[in-house]
Amino acid sequence: MAIQAPYRPMLKIITEELTVQIIQEAIELLQDPGVLVHNPEALKLMADAGAGVDFGKQLVSIPANMVHTALTTAPSTFYLYDLLGNPVVHYGGNDVHFDPGSTAVTLLGDQKGVQRDPLTDDLVRFVKLVETLPAYDAQSTAFVCRDVPAEIGDLYRLYLALNYMRKPIITGAFGKDTWWTMWEMLVTVAGGERELASKPIAVFDVCPTPPLLWSDLTVQNLMDCARKGVPAELVSMPLAGTTSPVTLAAAVVEHAAESLSGVVIHQLTAPGAPIVWGGAPAAFDMRTGTTPMGDVNTWLIDCAYIQVGKYLNLPTHTYMGSSDAKLLDAQSGIESAGGTILSALSGANMVSGGGMLDFLRCQSFEKLIIDAEIIGMAKRLMAGIQARDEPVARDLMRQTAHKANFLSHTHTHKWFRKELYIPTPLLDRGSLDAWRLAGSKSITDRASEIIDGLLSSYQPSPLPQKLLDELRTIATTVAQKFGLQTLPALPQD
Amino acid sequence: MSQVLFQQLANSLVDGDPDATFDLTKQALAQGIEPLAIINQGLVPGMNIVGDKFATGEYFLPDLIIAAEGMQRAMQLLEPELSRRQQELSIPGTVVIGTVKGDIHEIGKSLVATMLSANGFKVHDLGVNVPTDKFISAVQDSNADILGLSALLTTTMVEQQKIIQALKEAGLRSKVKIMVGGAPVTRSWAEEIEADGYAEDAMGAVRLAKFLVGGTV
Repeated sequence: MAIQAPYRPMLKIITEELTVQIIQEAIELLQDPGVLVHNPEALKLMADAGAGVDFGKQLVSIPANMVHTALTTAPSTFYLYDLLGNPVVHYGGNDVHFDPGSTAVTLLGDQKGVQRDPLTDDLVRFVKLVETLPAYDAQSTAFVCRDVPAEIGDLYRLYLALNYMRKPIITGAFGKDTWWTMWEMLVTVAGGERELASKPIAVFDVCPTPPLLWSDLTVQNLMDCARKGVPAELVSMPLAGTTSPVTLAAAVVEHAAESLSGVVIHQLTAPGAPIVWGGAPAAFDMRTGTTPMGDVNTWLIDCAYIQVGKYLNLPTHTYMGSSDAKLLDAQSGIESAGGTILSALSGANMVSGGGMLDFLRCQSFEKLIIDAEIIGMAKRLMAGIQARDEPVARDLMRQTAHKANFLSHTHTHKWFRKELYIPTPLLDRGSLDAWRLAGSKSITDRASEIIDGLLSSYQPSPLPQKLLDELRTIATTVAQKFGLQTLPALPQD
Repeated sequence: MSQVLFQQLANSLVDGDPDATFDLTKQALAQGIEPLAIINQGLVPGMNIVGDKFATGEYFLPDLIIAAEGMQRAMQLLEPELSRRQQELSIPGTVVIGTVKGDIHEIGKSLVATMLSANGFKVHDLGVNVPTDKFISAVQDSNADILGLSALLTTTMVEQQKIIQALKEAGLRSKVKIMVGGAPVTRSWAEEIEADGYAEDAMGAVRLAKFLVGGTV
């Protein structure tokens, strides 16, 4: 008997029959009632390609063959590169990567639930912290700094991240013009337009509006990404029970219809440009009227649409692993662990959400660190169980028979690092005495205490100062249009 | 020349290769290197590296234990050579340890024994289900500084009390420090039976043992 190849545990949440039906109904919906597109250029593009366009209503009826064509040109896989030029994120297959949740508007300020405005120094510290945590494969433009005008909020956070990151980044634009500034900064870092397209370092999230609407801004971002070969990540977010039907399979149909329309527009703009089947749907909370992310209903929609994306042979993304709690408490633990583990078992190529609380409104340094532990466990789970020896145990156990001496056995020394995921000391695995001796602390206390230590291991940006100066000039030029003459100083350490 | 060998000896402990430690020790003795030099310049620096790596979280229990195993195998070769030269190794103390009568739980006791050896103590591990008189004679024969008593059951932990009583009757109580451990054992139980100390885990036991022999924690 040969040693078996590693078996990767995978979650299938819906049958293949239902998957096919979801896709079929989505394609039928794109024809009738069609999709609203609030952008003249996109309307013309689709009309020229043979879609039925009502320019007055800004309504497009997409024929099925146009969807099928787009699906044949959309690549099934691509890589994101770090700033040193290494391919570090593989969008494709069942590879799973993690990045922090994006675009929070507040920061958790203390352990009593106070949320405060994030500032430049906070984002710099956050980007550095993400660099030091191996659990995160990519950066995200994690929150919006309040010490610059809102009009440059999107590009300013990318500007800050580019100053301190090595890992690739998941980002997004809030405007049509700012996308171009962000692209210009990325081109500057990559060393040219062609270099950026051949070795992308960033992905742009683009979010259709449920149900079945592309706003002027998002569809422009989508087309610009395609044209420039910068990967776009579709983030469709049906809200089951309000902006989509309450039945979960129907929410997945709506997600598929919106996402397919995105693939069509994107591939019509530039066939073969990289695009991701992503999302951030939720099941509406019927008691409070909120949009819970750490919710089993939401997770079911997520897992199902990821499965649909895989069936279509597209790279996938999801928003899982965040919590709606306002504190780092048992609720935040339950919700973050549940989502993270399910996303890993679903094989989503990029999972966003680390650090996030309060319906994706609030980022937390401590939660980012705690979530890294969950991600560590999830990654171990994905590796599954392998037969390390042949026979698996028989010969070894015949040698040792009834002695419980495996701890001193060379077999243990040989395998324990490969077999066992060993968490960092952030998780308390010691005795009661040891825990008391260390001050009877919670995991949040411990996370808080290691932030500075982690930051001290941060490796500065590999980019030359001249290039960083160029980035500053680009960002400053735009800031001045909005009345900010000088950007906030970068922290000096 | 011997510097290279010392380095290899240290590395064999750090790499967790007891066979190599044994062979290198043999080789060193064959080359006429003094046993104390082998210990102090090869083995002890190796164990210190292992200990440091454990303290910083890079190494784990199996790394410590396999290094201790290598150290023990080297000492099997070195001890006869030391006594032939009428030399003695300075050690923090001698420990007699075992699981009490009626109790066959081994893992916790063995872990403590191994951790104590890894920290330089001379350890006599009497095993499990050890009758009281065997503990007493072992303490007497080895001139032990510390007696470690393990019990995993609420029904057997009373044996710890009986052994302490027997030591008193034998006039040995003041000569030996007693540490107790095991899942049902608590600090208040340790106080009640007049043990000298109690630890909840193997690392705590090492700290306690060092404290009991008069060193610093």
